[in-house]
Amino acid sequence: MPLDFNGWVCPAPLRDSPNIVMGHGGGGAMSSELVEHLFLPAYGEAAAAELGDSAVVDVTGTDRLAFSTDSFVVKPMFFPGGSIGDLAVNGTVNDLAMSGARPLVLSTAFIVQEGTSLSDLGRIAESLGAAARDAGIKLVTGDTKVVDNGSGDGVFINTSGIGLLDPDVDIRPDRASVGDVVLISGDIGVHGVAVMSCREGLEFGTTVESDTAALHGLVADIIATGADVHVLRDPTRGGVAASLNEIAKASKVGVELVEHQLPIPQTVKDACGLLGLDPLYVANEGKLICIVAADRADDVLAAMQDHPLGRDAAVIGSCVEGHPGMVVAKTGLGGTRVVDMPIGEQLPRIC
Amino acid sequence: MKYLDEFSNPELAKRLIDQIHETTTQPWAIMEVCGGQTHSIIRHGIDQLLPDNVEMIHGPGCPVCVTPLEIIDKALAIASRPDVIFCSFGDMLRVPGSSEDLFRIKSAGGDIRVVYSPLDALNLARENPDREVVFFGIGFETTAPANAMTVYQAKRLGIPNFSLLVSHVLVPPAVAAIMESPTCRVQAFLAAGHVCSVMGTAEYPPLCDKYGVPIVVTGFEPLDILEGIRRTVLQLEQGRAELENAYPRAVRDEGNIPAMQMLEDVFERTDRAWRGIGMIPQSGWRLSEKYRDFDAEHRFSVTDIHTEESTLCRSGEVLQGLIKPHECAAFGKECTPRNPLGATMVSSEGACAAYYLYRRLELVEA
Amino acid sequence: MCLAVPGQVMSVAERDGTLMADVDFGGIRKDVCLQYIPDAAVGEYVVVHVGFAIQRLDEKSANETLANFERMGILEEEFGDGFALAAKQAGLDEGAQA
Repeated sequence: MPLDFNGWVCPAPLRDSPNIVMGHGGGGAMSSELVEHLFLPAYGEAAAAELGDSAVVDVTGTDRLAFSTDSFVVKPMFFPGGSIGDLAVNGTVNDLAMSGARPLVLSTAFIVQEGTSLSDLGRIAESLGAAARDAGIKLVTGDTKVVDNGSGDGVFINTSGIGLLDPDVDIRPDRASVGDVVLISGDIGVHGVAVMSCREGLEFGTTVESDTAALHGLVADIIATGADVHVLRDPTRGGVAASLNEIAKASKVGVELVEHQLPIPQTVKDACGLLGLDPLYVANEGKLICIVAADRADDVLAAMQDHPLGRDAAVIGSCVEGHPGMVVAKTGLGGTRVVDMPIGEQLPRIC
Repeated sequence: MKYLDEFSNPELAKRLIDQIHETTTQPWAIMEVCGGQTHSIIRHGIDQLLPDNVEMIHGPGCPVCVTPLEIIDKALAIASRPDVIFCSFGDMLRVPGSSEDLFRIKSAGGDIRVVYSPLDALNLARENPDREVVFFGIGFETTAPANAMTVYQAKRLGIPNFSLLVSHVLVPPAVAAIMESPTCRVQAFLAAGHVCSVMGTAEYPPLCDKYGVPIVVTGFEPLDILEGIRRTVLQLEQGRAELENAYPRAVRDEGNIPAMQMLEDVFERTDRAWRGIGMIPQSGWRLSEKYRDFDAEHRFSVTDIHTEESTLCRSGEVLQGLIKPHECAAFGKECTPRNPLGATMVSSEGACAAYYLYRRLELVEA
Repeated sequence: MCLAVPGQVMSVAERDGTLMADVDFGGIRKDVCLQYIPDAAVGEYVVVHVGFAIQRLDEKSANETLANFERMGILEEEFGDGFALAAKQAGLDEGAQA
């Protein structure tokens, strides 16, 4: 199979390596490149043009469905505030919600490692079921496979979901415009810190619990304001930094962040300080970024703050004409720094 | 975090910046030794807020960047062995060797684990008695006590399947080597705060005297860095060349005596080739004879190493402060954080990576 | 090169003959080896690097340094150049020295 190596943005090391590395799953630049240079060329004409979190499928010419899929491979499977079961539901529900759709149904496919305890699997299924009931969506079909002991930990879940889109909703990653306001629905960095706190080699004690949540109710309230919402995105792997970089690139605008306006809980700041991480790159599972025209931003912010999942919503920046495709932050001291796309996974550092 | 967050106060930062502006009457070139300081300066935009006359030259204090290529290649060879669990700080995972890096070894099946503390690696050795556990012990004097204690415990508790791959480097010989360089432009140093937390300040006054340079022990938070710069500029303007401690809350002249005693026992001085700079005599530590059994270089005889640096890479000149990262032809083109040609682009505190991550905007607009 | 942060010692215990402490970093707790600051008492602050306390954090000194920053620039504002110059010559704004 001929691969277009010459089109690769970063030539040397990956060209020489015949294997996938962990960074390819990090949600950052390496993941994007794998899609652009391996999958899409292979799919050819069968591939749709857009690369959003969910796809809008024009079914009858007027009715549109949103369709999304996601796989959950998180380790550890149980963490403060939730489990892989919660993520499996909320993750896909949120992907659908980010295109403005009302989530309807989900499929659940399990790949389970031989030797996994039935009680662990039971706990995951319970939390998955509870999350689905809380979100008001139906689990309509599923599958289970078992793989050899020794090829990874425990349980991997794929969920695919279908949602309904109202005809006048047009929310896409490439709709951000110069002058738009960038809003976040609440505190950032929470999920990533919760998961890290029980990861082998890094364990630390904390009260931080994952913020995993289904956001479609919040999205419905945002849309109900009648404002022309341009972009919605849940900043999962790669954090706010990855999401804003993708949006900036897709919309061909610059994004300006104001650091002191970012809502970062003290506990997240402290955990990141201890491990040498940047909260902007830490995963969130119950937050959304909303990019909306400036004239209705106040209304949207108020609607978000009225909803239980948006109490701490805040303005964090704006879309600008300068530096299109780049995200730049104004630092606390008044200087500037570029907030780059993360490369692979963010690693703790000692230096 | 208490005693940390207060030192980012923007109001107080502004006052310090104003003071620096008022004090500066002529151009000065100051080197901040420590990579963590470089990271902080660029990350907060401090260099943008200083007077144009004050130039910060980024020093070689990034242990990731200066770990000799030969040691990296040895690490990669050891990590590739199926009987080994190779433990490392996160910083080292993407550092390019002659042809690979630890990430790539991991994808080929190597058991490579990121740990926060070397003691975690020792625990892994106890939990996996049938595997060899190797810890990659890099760093400056700050990290050496942790590595020393770990190998001391391994010996005391009799944990035979643990070993350390050591590559420690020392600051004072590096300062001397920089000042001895004929192309040196450095007029003063911000010394590395946490190195001095361990080693104290006694090694620096002789350097001040010999080279006529002010040396100010400096911390890492914005206010600490600004205060370090302020005191340095004041000394330069007043024609003084003294050792000053601008980080007294964490640095005492006598250092940490129990730590220094342990270092004396576990390590001995050796010559070290700093990647990108070259051989600096007596500038490193290796395990002493007493602990030689725990030396991974001896345990795994990795001899067939042929090192090869990228011909495009100018890390050395960046590390010595002779060029700025964007003056290298490969910067941002063949060499980016995703495809680093040299270590200064890999480590988040390497000058090239810091410039790339945080400064690209100005360079683009320039 | 040295990411080290200050934390408060909450409890001390020996493990395998090594002195360890449970250290609190504003809500984040981590096990830290105290062998290099063996007389650190509960309630004291230490500077922690890769799971080891490498030095005491001198609280009094930290507060003095901050107070010096607070005072900075104010002498000039209130009294004008002459007084400020005298103050500098007397070393008043040099802050806590080692």
